[in-house]
Amino acid sequence: MLTYKVQPKGAVSPGISTCQGCMIDVIFRNVLEIMGDDTVLVVPPGCAAQFSGTGPEASVTVPGIQGNLENSAAIASGIANGFKHQGNDHTKVVAIAGDGGTVDIGLQSLSGAMERNENILYICYDNEAYMNTGIQGSSSTPLAASTTTTPAGKKVYNKDLIQIVMAHHVPYAATASIANIPDLRKKVQKARDIVGCRVLHIMSPCPTGWGYPSGKTVEVAREAINCGAWVLLEYENGKVTLGREPSELGKAEKYFSMQKRFKGASEEEIAAAGRHFAERYEYLKKLSAI
Amino acid sequence: MPVKMFDGNGAAVEAIRLARPGVIAAYPITPQSSIAEHLADEVANGNIDAEYVRVESEHSAMSVSIGAQLTGVRVATATASVGLALMHEVCGVAAGCRVPIVMPVVNRSLVAPWSLWCDHSDTMAERDTGWLQFYCATVQEILDLTLCAYRISEHEEVLTPSMVCFDGFYLSHSMQRVDTPTDEEAWDFVKPYVRRNMYLDPQDVMFINDLCPTVEHTEMKYQQMMGFRRAAEVAKDVFAEYKQKFGRELHTVESYMLDDADVAVVTIGSMSGTGKYVVNQLREKGIKAGLLRICMFRPFPAEEVREALKNVKVIGVVDRSSGLGAAQGPVCSEVKAALYGAGVGKVFGFVGGIAGRDISDGSFRKIFGELLDVYEGKADDCNTWFDVRDDAMNIREVEMPC
Repeated sequence: MLTYKVQPKGAVSPGISTCQGCMIDVIFRNVLEIMGDDTVLVVPPGCAAQFSGTGPEASVTVPGIQGNLENSAAIASGIANGFKHQGNDHTKVVAIAGDGGTVDIGLQSLSGAMERNENILYICYDNEAYMNTGIQGSSSTPLAASTTTTPAGKKVYNKDLIQIVMAHHVPYAATASIANIPDLRKKVQKARDIVGCRVLHIMSPCPTGWGYPSGKTVEVAREAINCGAWVLLEYENGKVTLGREPSELGKAEKYFSMQKRFKGASEEEIAAAGRHFAERYEYLKKLSAI
Repeated sequence: MPVKMFDGNGAAVEAIRLARPGVIAAYPITPQSSIAEHLADEVANGNIDAEYVRVESEHSAMSVSIGAQLTGVRVATATASVGLALMHEVCGVAAGCRVPIVMPVVNRSLVAPWSLWCDHSDTMAERDTGWLQFYCATVQEILDLTLCAYRISEHEEVLTPSMVCFDGFYLSHSMQRVDTPTDEEAWDFVKPYVRRNMYLDPQDVMFINDLCPTVEHTEMKYQQMMGFRRAAEVAKDVFAEYKQKFGRELHTVESYMLDDADVAVVTIGSMSGTGKYVVNQLREKGIKAGLLRICMFRPFPAEEVREALKNVKVIGVVDRSSGLGAAQGPVCSEVKAALYGAGVGKVFGFVGGIAGRDISDGSFRKIFGELLDVYEGKADDCNTWFDVRDDAMNIREVEMPC
């Protein structure tokens, strides 16, 4: 049973120690507020583990478990099946993991959970590297980004998680961004009320790892949407719906120049990244027209 | 009590069915056993009322099991060999979160080289993961020990998961007669699952397995150690109750002709029957031979081992895993540690039966022969590895100047 030292507003304790300028706590606060008290949370080690607590102190007011880096979707599957067997069709099971725990080491268990259409909400907050452990590159790290394991810039593109998710025919998936909280909330609300495996992929820029002033997180995330580095979309019952058209589609220069991780990017790489954003967007647009 | 015919896998499935799990998660990694598919059949036929989660790896099988059991239902899974190795990380989570899962493990060799056959390298590699370990000698024991394992693991002062280990093919595929309790008798013994200590329930909020600081971590491990200590006592109580209810005696260690034995072997698993057969032959010749079978390996019954072997002059411990790089195999290490300072006779380790090589009556006769040579003063030492081919160093590409 929880005893409160401080009565939090919402489900997340005040004073959570994410880095200055990190918006993950905004994601957690909004998601848990919308999902409500009748929710069980699964987080892996990583930045999200801040929300499990330390020792006898929990950081959230809902029950939860910190699993391993690669098994959030599997633990959530087990919880969902345990409730199902006991006739509990009301408690929501939510897993919130970073990109490393999702697109790298956690992809297998997420794939299994999606294929089985487990009744869980899986949220990936994507800061495009292993930020908690010291900015090591992940398969979500974009082309040309410098990390501690790609010091000269990453030479290949990032994995396209949302398309991997769509290939599993889940009932609902969406991308969202901390640059657009009303849109994020709308998508969480929609996901909450759908039965089956729901996946949200949320961009969450990291001032520490991306190298920009901590007051600029929303601006950076907004610019990602403007140039097409991040595309807002929904996938519902097999149908893709895109958000508004990027205003500066394919123009990566401004987005790159805002972040130190792209300091070493060559003009060719910036141009290639811009082309990649534009081509990907056009492809998604064609999908949305089907 | 009804008599049924089961192979080892079937007996494990029957015990699981009798314990009425609510969630089953299993994956058929090569080499698994037929337990996963038998359980699927039982669910499909309505004999088990459970959610069957067809997971994508053994790692996920254990992860699903942990998540499900923390909601308050008994779960079932099973594994073998490399599947258990893949599970290793999450086996520690089940133990540390005190989730009392009971899991049959079909003992099969770890790679490399690839093998499909029996040895104990898989479960011996898990011996310090925080799980209780029982090793069966017969198909009957698979059923008996699995039913007892639920009671021991789930005991409120134990709360520690169990591996019920049985030898691949020698038991898993060996059809034997099994006295089986009725559904009601078994349920009356196993009892419904009661969640204790840690669970996931929005009505009673707790966060499980958050970062544990150094100032508490030692104490959390101390609690697990105390769980093992209690398990040793609880196992005896549960075995006594089982005997009273079902008439069959189960052991932490089983002594065979040890009271006046001069030489003895210590065995584990299905090799033990062959060992007893050879003890009988030697006794007919007037040789005072005996055998001690380790039935419960975790917690290790050190006191019972010491008591049973206190008068034996020369002891050979037979390991069915190689214990590479160690002074001897894992069972021998434990036995030696248990006997240290007790003033008993000489102890020698033997390694064999690797990857399905049969430990035959001839193997035991050789082992006893070497022990007798020491006993009679004809030799000081024994050959550690038995039944090794003479051309061992000449197969494949290995060339060593020795």
